[in-house]
Amino acid sequence: MKRKPLQTLAVYLLLLGGSAVFMLPLVWMVATAVKPIDQTMTVPPVWVPYQWYAQVDGQSLAVDRVGNDPLSPGSVIVVAEETGERMIVPEGAMTWRVAPRWENFHLAIEAMGSFWRYFGNTVLLAVLTVIGTVCSSAVAAYGFSRIDWPGRDKLFILALATMMVPFPVLMVPLYSLFRALGWIGTLQPLWVPTFFAIPFNVFLLRQFFRTIPADLSDAARIDGCGEFRIFFQVILPLARPALVVVAVLQFLATWNDFLGPLIFLTDQEDFTLALGLQAYQSRQGGTEWHYLMAASTLVVLPVVILFFVAQKALIEGISMTGLKG
Amino acid sequence: MTRGERRNLAVGLTFISPWLIGFFAFTLYPVLASLYYAFCDYDVLTRPVWIGTLNFQDMVTDDVFWKSLYNTLYYTAFAVPLGLVLSLMVAVLLNQSARGRSVFRTLFFMPSIVPLVAVAMIWLWMFNGSFGLLNQALALVGIRGPNWLNDEAWVKPSLVLAGLWQTGGTIVIFLASLQDVPRSLYESADLDGAPAWRKLWHITIPLISPVIYFNLIIGIINALQMFVIPFVMFKTTGGPNRSGFFYAVYLYQNAFQYNQMGYACALAWVLFLLILLTTAAATLLTRRHIYYAGG
Repeated sequence: MKRKPLQTLAVYLLLLGGSAVFMLPLVWMVATAVKPIDQTMTVPPVWVPYQWYAQVDGQSLAVDRVGNDPLSPGSVIVVAEETGERMIVPEGAMTWRVAPRWENFHLAIEAMGSFWRYFGNTVLLAVLTVIGTVCSSAVAAYGFSRIDWPGRDKLFILALATMMVPFPVLMVPLYSLFRALGWIGTLQPLWVPTFFAIPFNVFLLRQFFRTIPADLSDAARIDGCGEFRIFFQVILPLARPALVVVAVLQFLATWNDFLGPLIFLTDQEDFTLALGLQAYQSRQGGTEWHYLMAASTLVVLPVVILFFVAQKALIEGISMTGLKG
Repeated sequence: MTRGERRNLAVGLTFISPWLIGFFAFTLYPVLASLYYAFCDYDVLTRPVWIGTLNFQDMVTDDVFWKSLYNTLYYTAFAVPLGLVLSLMVAVLLNQSARGRSVFRTLFFMPSIVPLVAVAMIWLWMFNGSFGLLNQALALVGIRGPNWLNDEAWVKPSLVLAGLWQTGGTIVIFLASLQDVPRSLYESADLDGAPAWRKLWHITIPLISPVIYFNLIIGIINALQMFVIPFVMFKTTGGPNRSGFFYAVYLYQNAFQYNQMGYACALAWVLFLLILLTTAAATLLTRRHIYYAGG
């Protein structure tokens, strides 16, 4: 297909502009996260945080710029960061340097209270739910694809149909069930169910298992292998890419989950990062934007890292959900 | 049933037993219980008391119910079609660019994996009336932007805009389906001298119509259950004059703040029916236009 150069140029310009617009909110989040508070509230906005310095007696002092001195034009009023001393210095003695305030992250962590508890809880939940989903969904997907038994496909359609049930329908009875079990206020309601095969993941793995030739299983059966050995030694090693997809999707789902923790967790100490971030925001009332954006950056960062590590698996997994659906 | 068949049934059921147990405990039982509670007065602490259809009758005269329903339908009606059009446009552009496709795809996709709580924080700040990026950008072209999330008229459009930002998953699904459209079709259209928009309308869209339908249904289901962003932005107050009060938030409020679990279950079942009806309507309306290559 031959295309006119003008058309190609237009395509790239649109893609460049579009992706810039999509990235802007994230860039803005990070830029705000490393600013001092006064630079968050400026028109036009500050993109790269800076620090003013005044040359006083041959020394370079970090200062806050208060404003121009109305009495002597060409001079500015500054306040030394360290001593709090008020000074008037000539405009020519002022310089500025790029100065991201990395300490905002540390301060945001302190302001959030139990950040590291939240982080630990979220990581623990992520590990448990990933193990639970991958193991249980793989076992169930094997039963739904590699063994022939009467009624199998009807039951599988039932499994798919349960995906239509919205969570709000299940929410109240699950709450009273977990309450009766004494699980409210613990992490259990958030991970135990993942050990019982989530239909969406069963579906993804079943799709993959079906592409593995039946001959492989048959040969193993002739050699006297039981189904469990075939599952562990033949199918699972081959299914690694699909298992990675399920693991990554589950990690993201756990990291993102808000409603579950909101309902089932009661004690601040048990909160996940998502819940902790929301609790912090509603406590501080939304004025310290630099800390709020620093905290948000910290919640987003692990997801972005995972994305870059597992990009291929993730994109494949998401593409698969649409195509074979 | 032969011995082999019976053995296979036993082994098969053993393998699917995790799902089977989960199905009974975490799906079937809750569905039935929720249906029962919907006809009860229930506060979790005491036993549910059967009250017939009273919960549903209450809904008819409940202004907050109608308001939250209206907001949710409004959001769905705009966010879903706009999201589909935007993602399809981006996917078509990505499909045109041989070089740099994966880099651009990454950039468009990344916002969609940002946890929703963080999305809410980012857009609270983006929409800030005085110092938010949006109004600063509008000021550059001489427009005085509204106070988005504090202005009744702008709350829902703001949420639609924030929702569009997370359309990366849909873009990736569309892109994958575009790559499956046979090149030969475009080549023969080129021979006939068909312009780009006619190729899009007569080749691309019909061939990927099952995927458009899939994304439409998933989009509707998700939009009708919208919870995290309005909840984080407005808590349970719903913003100015409840203009950002969503159905799922009202449901949550009834269940876990008012302890009206029975009413909450009734609301949940209405939501479920609404999802089924809307997807059925979408299916009927689009069925004639969906083309399945396989037959």
